[in-house]
Amino acid sequence: MTWALVFTLAAIAYGFKVLGLVLIGGRDLPAVVERCLGLVPAALISALVVNDTLSAAGELVLDARVVGVGVAAFAAWRRAPFVAVIVIAAAVTAVVRAFGLAP
Amino acid sequence: MTTAAAVANGRSPTAACIVLGAAVGVFGVAFGVGAVSAGATVAMTCAMSLLVFTGASQFSAVSVIAGGGSATSAIAGASLLAARNAVYGLTMSRRLRGPLILRMAAAQLTIDESTAMATSQTDDASMTKAFWLTGLSVYVFWNLGTLAGALIGTAIDPARFGLDAAFPAGFVAMVAPHLSHPTGRRAGLIGAGVCLATIPVLPVGLPILCASVGILVGVRRP
Repeated sequence: MTWALVFTLAAIAYGFKVLGLVLIGGRDLPAVVERCLGLVPAALISALVVNDTLSAAGELVLDARVVGVGVAAFAAWRRAPFVAVIVIAAAVTAVVRAFGLAP
Repeated sequence: MTTAAAVANGRSPTAACIVLGAAVGVFGVAFGVGAVSAGATVAMTCAMSLLVFTGASQFSAVSVIAGGGSATSAIAGASLLAARNAVYGLTMSRRLRGPLILRMAAAQLTIDESTAMATSQTDDASMTKAFWLTGLSVYVFWNLGTLAGALIGTAIDPARFGLDAAFPAGFVAMVAPHLSHPTGRRAGLIGAGVCLATIPVLPVGLPILCASVGILVGVRRP
């Protein structure tokens, strides 16, 4: 992690926000572009869930995280609040590790 | 929302905006712990939350770096996630009018939570109020949470408290509303599948980028 990375990210993130709200705000984009952009969170965040649950250092790994995130996903599906989902995942993962059931 | 509707809902919109901000603050703690464990200093971690201020991108960048990925792939993945704020900006620009300086400030607060809260209101005045209130409340709590997490981050082993599972669980909570319609579910399934298939063969960070092919399900008319 470097300062260059922090500032580059900050510039890009703010750039996108200003682009939408100030620069092209009010104008219409082609419907197909808006539909695809609207699906970015669904596709990318789903991938992040898989990546952060099932991999470590570029390898597929099965460990205690799977149990914690699995229970948390069930809680999210049952409409548990945001904080509860996170706390459940951490608690379940910690318990599975504490009992030595999985690394 | 009318007073009667607010009472019927059990809480006022103002309270809902502030509670949402506080909830995001807890997630900020997880971000602080994660960033410091990935090698960021306390100052870098706080600067990231103050300046970047878009949770999913920050988490994504940190998880790529923590996994040993390059800065380029960290920035590429985080940028794709940040791009959706441009779409939120487009949505909000129809309601947020006023001097340029005010809109430049509003831009920094244009994120998932503020847009979601604003778009769930019924009239323009409460929409603007919900946007600013949620945006400012999330900004304050997210940064306080980040600072707290960064300070305790080096003192504990995140894995022992299951904090490495807090990251993906936060993503689960964030993605859930996007999977409530069939097109979103298809995009999510493709994204997750592509990521899973490419993890063993591609450098860290790239599987997240490849997952963006999932958005192409939007090409077909609903």
